[in-house]
Amino acid sequence: MHNKSVAELSRELERGEISSVELTQQFLDRIKQEDGRFNSFITVTQEQALADAKAADEQRAAGDATPWTGVPFAHKDIFCTNGVRTTCGSKMLANFVPPYDATVTENFRKAGAVCLGKTNMDEFAMGSSTESSYFGATTNPWGLSQGDKRVPGGSSGGSAAAVAARLVPAATATDTGGSIRQPAALCGITGLKPTYGRVSRYGMIAFASSLDQGGTMARTAEDNALMLNVMAGFDPKDSTSIDRDAPDYTATLNEPLKGLRIGLPKEYFSDQLSPAMEEQVRNAVKEYEKLGATVKEVSLPNAKLAIAAYYVIAPAEASANLSRFDGARYGYRCDDPKDLMDMYTRTRAEGFGTEVKRRILVGTYALSAGYFDAYYLKAQKVRRLIQQDFINAFKEVDVLMSPTSPSPAFVQGEKTNDPVTMYLEDIFTIAINLAGVPAMSVPAGFVDGLPVGLQIIGDYFSEARLLNAAHQFQQVTDWHQREPQ
Amino acid sequence: MTISRKDIEKVAVLARIRVDEEQVSALEKDLGNILDLVDQLGAADTANVEPLAHPLDAVQRLRKDEVTETNQREAFQAIAPATEDGLYLVPRVIE
Repeated sequence: MHNKSVAELSRELERGEISSVELTQQFLDRIKQEDGRFNSFITVTQEQALADAKAADEQRAAGDATPWTGVPFAHKDIFCTNGVRTTCGSKMLANFVPPYDATVTENFRKAGAVCLGKTNMDEFAMGSSTESSYFGATTNPWGLSQGDKRVPGGSSGGSAAAVAARLVPAATATDTGGSIRQPAALCGITGLKPTYGRVSRYGMIAFASSLDQGGTMARTAEDNALMLNVMAGFDPKDSTSIDRDAPDYTATLNEPLKGLRIGLPKEYFSDQLSPAMEEQVRNAVKEYEKLGATVKEVSLPNAKLAIAAYYVIAPAEASANLSRFDGARYGYRCDDPKDLMDMYTRTRAEGFGTEVKRRILVGTYALSAGYFDAYYLKAQKVRRLIQQDFINAFKEVDVLMSPTSPSPAFVQGEKTNDPVTMYLEDIFTIAINLAGVPAMSVPAGFVDGLPVGLQIIGDYFSEARLLNAAHQFQQVTDWHQREPQ
Repeated sequence: MTISRKDIEKVAVLARIRVDEEQVSALEKDLGNILDLVDQLGAADTANVEPLAHPLDAVQRLRKDEVTETNQREAFQAIAPATEDGLYLVPRVIE
C-alpha cells in the first residue's frame, strides 16, 4: 500500500477497494514505526487525520469527491494550519498555533485531502541540509543501509525524506533557492518549484518574499501534477500572486515529446560537477533524445553571479521579514526582560538559531545606511541580468536541463561548520529563483548507491510542459520507483 | 571585504539581536566570508540596468477601501506571551 502513488490510491478509494480511514491508519502506523530513524515529522496529527479521513469517506459515499478526497499527505511545517502547531523549524515558533489556514492549506482541506502532520525543515527554510531545525536533523532514507547518516537536502528535507521513505505519498514544500529541488534530488523523488506567483504565499511563513514559492513533492510527475492542480491559482490575499488561470496539469502529461528542444547550459556542466554525476545527467538527456527531443548547448553567462546576488537579496528580505518576531504578540519571549530593548534582543538571540541570526545580520548590514546601493541595489541589477539570460535561452529552446545538485547526499555534519560551503550546494538551483521561472527535479540515476536528480527548467508558466517532460521520462525509466532499503 | 568588530556590534543593535562578546570573532569570520562571496557582484557591468524587484515586474494591486477582515482579537491574543484587558503587555517603556 505504502508504495502506491496518489493517482493509484485515489483510484482505489474511488472504486471502494479501501476506505480513507483504513489508508490513513496504515500510513499513521508506518510513521510511528519508521520515523524514529528519519525524524522527518515535527508534528503528527493522528486524531485530526482520522477525523478528516472519516469525513472524506462520507464525502465519497455521498458522491461528492475530488481526486484528493481521502488521500493522505503532509505539509511542510512552514504552511500555517489552523489549530495545529506551525513551527517553521524554529524555537521562536515552537509553541505557535496559528488561528488561520494558509491558502495552500485551505485548498487541500477543500479538496478533501487528509493531512497526517507537519514535516521537518531547516529553521525558517534557511539551509540545504535540514540540520538547522530546532527539532533535530532529518536523516536521508538513502545511505542508511550503508551505515551512513546522510542529509536529505533542505530546506524541505522532512517532506522529501517522508516521501522517499513511503511515510506519505506526497508532501508540500517551498523553494527560495533550491529548497524543493535539491532535497528531491538527494532523496530520489520528484519535486516542482512553480513560477514565482503561481502558488499563493498567504500563510506560508516568509523567508525572502521576492523568491519564496510553494510547490510539490511526490514520487511521480503525475502526482506532482495532481498536487499543483490543488495549489495553483490566483489569490487576492497574496499581493504578488499572478491573476492568471491555471490549467489542468494532468491533461497534457501524455503529450509526445517529439520535437522538444532541450538546451544544456554549459555553465552547469562545469568542473564543479563530478564526472560520475555528469554521466548520469547526460544519460538522462540521451533518453530524451530517444523520445524525439533535440539537444543543443546554450549559455547563461551571468549564472555564475547567482549565488552572490542571492546572498544579498535573500538575507536582506529575511532581515525585514523576521523583524516581526519581537516577543510581543506571538511566539517565544525571553524570561524576565528588564526593559523593552532587552526583551527584543534576548528574545531574538535565544529564539533564533545560528544560521538564521547570521543571515539577519548579513541582511541588516546590506540594507544599512551607506551599503544599500552597493549591495541590495547592485544585487537587484545583477538579478535582471540573470533573468535576461533565461529569457534569451528560451528564445532558442523549450526547456533547459542540468544536474540539480553538484553531488549526491553528503554525510551529516560535513558542511555545518562553513556556511559558504553549504551555500554552494545550491549552485545549480539559485538562478532559477532569481529569474522566477519554474523548475523540477526528477530522479535520473544513482552514484555510489545515492540518488541523482535531473533539473528541468522551463519558461514562465510552463509547469504543464515540465510535468509532461518528467512524466514521459518516467514512462521509460524507473529511477523514481526505487525504494531505499 | 572585512567586517570589523564595531560593524558587527552596530548591526546587532540594528537587528535587535543580542550578540555576546565571545560570539563576535566567529561572526567576524563568517560574515566576512559571506561578504567575500558577495563581492563578486562588483565585477558585473550593471550600467543602465534596472533593478529587478518582482520577476514578472508586477506591481501591487489596489483593492477597494472596504472592511474585509473580521475582528479576531481573542484568537490572536490567545497565543500572545502576555495580555491584559485586550492589550499586549511588554516591559514598562515610560517610567
